[in-house]
Amino acid sequence: MAVVFEKTELLTDLPMHYCPGCTHGIIHRIVAEALDELGIGKTAVGVAPVGCAVFAYDYFNCDMMEAAHGRAPAVATGIKRVCPDKCVFTYQGDGDLASIGTAEIVHAATRGEKITAIFVNNAIYGMTGGQMAPTTLPGQVTTTSPNGRDVEHCGYPVPMCEMLATLSGSAYIQRVSVHDVKHVKAAKKAIKNAFAAQMENKGFTMIEVLSTCPTNWGLSPLEAVQWLKDNMIPAYPLGVFKGAEA
Amino acid sequence: MKKLMKGNEAIAEAAVKAGCRYFFGYPITPQNEIPEYMSRRLPEVGGCFLQAESELAAINMVYGAGGAGARVMTSSSSPGISLKQEGISYLAGAEVPCVIVNIMRGGPGLGGIQPAQSDYYQATRGGGHGDYRTCVLAPASVQEAVDLTQLAFDIADRYRNPVMVLGDGMIGQMMEPVDMDKSYRPAVDLADKIWAANGHIPTPGRPRSIINSLFIDPKVLERHCERLDAKYKKIAESECRWQEEMLENAELVVVAYGTTSRVVRSAIRKCRQQGLRVGLLRPITLFPFPTEAIRNTLGTAKCYLAVEMSAGQMVDDVRLAVNGERPVHFYGRMGGMVPTVAEIMDEIRKYATPYQKTPAEIALDSAIDEKFQSVTDAVGHILQRTRKKMKATGSGK
Ligand SMILES: Cc1ncc(C[n+]2csc(CCOP(=O)(O)OP(=O)(O)O)c2C)c(N)n1
Ligand code: SF4
Repeated sequence: MAVVFEKTELLTDLPMHYCPGCTHGIIHRIVAEALDELGIGKTAVGVAPVGCAVFAYDYFNCDMMEAAHGRAPAVATGIKRVCPDKCVFTYQGDGDLASIGTAEIVHAATRGEKITAIFVNNAIYGMTGGQMAPTTLPGQVTTTSPNGRDVEHCGYPVPMCEMLATLSGSAYIQRVSVHDVKHVKAAKKAIKNAFAAQMENKGFTMIEVLSTCPTNWGLSPLEAVQWLKDNMIPAYPLGVFKGAEA
Repeated sequence: MKKLMKGNEAIAEAAVKAGCRYFFGYPITPQNEIPEYMSRRLPEVGGCFLQAESELAAINMVYGAGGAGARVMTSSSSPGISLKQEGISYLAGAEVPCVIVNIMRGGPGLGGIQPAQSDYYQATRGGGHGDYRTCVLAPASVQEAVDLTQLAFDIADRYRNPVMVLGDGMIGQMMEPVDMDKSYRPAVDLADKIWAANGHIPTPGRPRSIINSLFIDPKVLERHCERLDAKYKKIAESECRWQEEMLENAELVVVAYGTTSRVVRSAIRKCRQQGLRVGLLRPITLFPFPTEAIRNTLGTAKCYLAVEMSAGQMVDDVRLAVNGERPVHFYGRMGGMVPTVAEIMDEIRKYATPYQKTPAEIALDSAIDEKFQSVTDAVGHILQRTRKKMKATGSGK
């Protein structure tokens, strides 16, 4: 019988712990496929964050290290300096990358560290139960912004792609989304571009993926996808911010 | 051949000689010569020096490089070590070997830049969160800083645990002759790190590696912690080191480490000349602490004195060792002040009186004197008689 579909080798068979309708799972899948298709998956080293993706080391079927909250880019730096020929990537949420770990991501980027950060932006702290994230939209209700994020009081969402693209060390920066099939395909292509740029030693690479958190947004999976499309994309425009699309 | 070297530079070169090829750090006085030396030296041997954006980043780079199987080191001084504590806890939890150098300065807060020993609690109790220990080595000379730095790499690899070299500003800054040509070979097979996450192709004998300190199931975490605890006990059994000096018949045992122990040694030598029965026990490892060595002095010791450049931290471990069986006194200076020989001699005199002979010893002494006198008299007699005889017979010609 002809094989019409095969699960990528780079994901283990463990059932994922993500909530129904959460797009973390899709992002894992396209990261794994991208690595596999480039032929660099088996020898890649990944760094898992603190956040909902904390168990990423169980799912990505390659060498993995679990980092402290926000420190994944520093851990990846240590690995990459020891293993310069290997593909080294981090997988981080918005609290992890854009709040507690801002220094680590900014300096990895400015050093032109030859790693790839997969930055999952769901505008909320998923794992700890829906608190305000640095990426939470103005007016968005969370458990620590019960009346909606008041920018007068706690400031504005952080546009990481726009920020990091200004740094000389960054080589490829793109924001993508996974709210429909077309965008999932584009996201996978972007991730492949980033990994390829890393392997060509071009510099720091990051793909920001807009993602859903139906559980903490208080929406059904379908509503969540719609909310992402209607609210996040206008606030976080998709596109390539640095480097040329392959 | 011996070479005059500054403590910090000697530590850096010792690490390179021990096969350390990666160094991540952030500038802070009084340890800057270590990163500066490494930035010149590591590229010469195909290694990598990287100045991190913070101590936080530095220790996490160490975690990454150590996790990938390299011999790796970071160094800092007190405020920077505080920032590293989160990372050290992760290194211990995930069992990643590395060497951390703390060239201590006065605290708390920004404190000062002069030598202190006020990070003892932090170093020996783990420092960060969770049930863990780092092995802590405390050099008292530049040569010992070299030897202990190399030992630190071996202990780190042998037990897959972070090891701290705990010096103070004095050890880091002073120059002493050192022998850098002593041959060193790693005590473990460095090619044998099959647990390392370095992007190896998995085989049945060596599956993919996961370096991790998260165990969400409490039963599993308890088992992990028990295993770590058993490892710390093994370290305590096998790696304890200390030095004894003039401990025979010591009624007062002074306990001091690092720079302080050198001042104490000078004070004790002088006090011994004045007939005071005092000796020095110098812990070389602070974790494990030489508890048994201290207990072995209970036979002669009437009391103990801990001397530190702190408000009294190691003294707690001395008290735990002595377990209430003898008084334990403390003398300390703080803020970067180093105690003087005279100060310590004054302190010693408070607790050690010149030796008083027991009545039995006095009786024995006079018995010996009497006996000696009678023998001298007898011999004198014989000599006199011989002289007279020789004169009478003229046999002396
Ligand atoms: C030092 C530290 N502070 C706080 C936490 C608690 N914590 C765990 S996950 C998390 C937020 C994760 O949010 P995000 O990075 O957005 O990822 P998500 O869960 O949304 O995927 C926090 C604050 C921690 N583990 N460590
Ligand atoms: S809490 Fe949110 S981000 Fe986390 S798994 Fe559930 S839906 Fe996904």
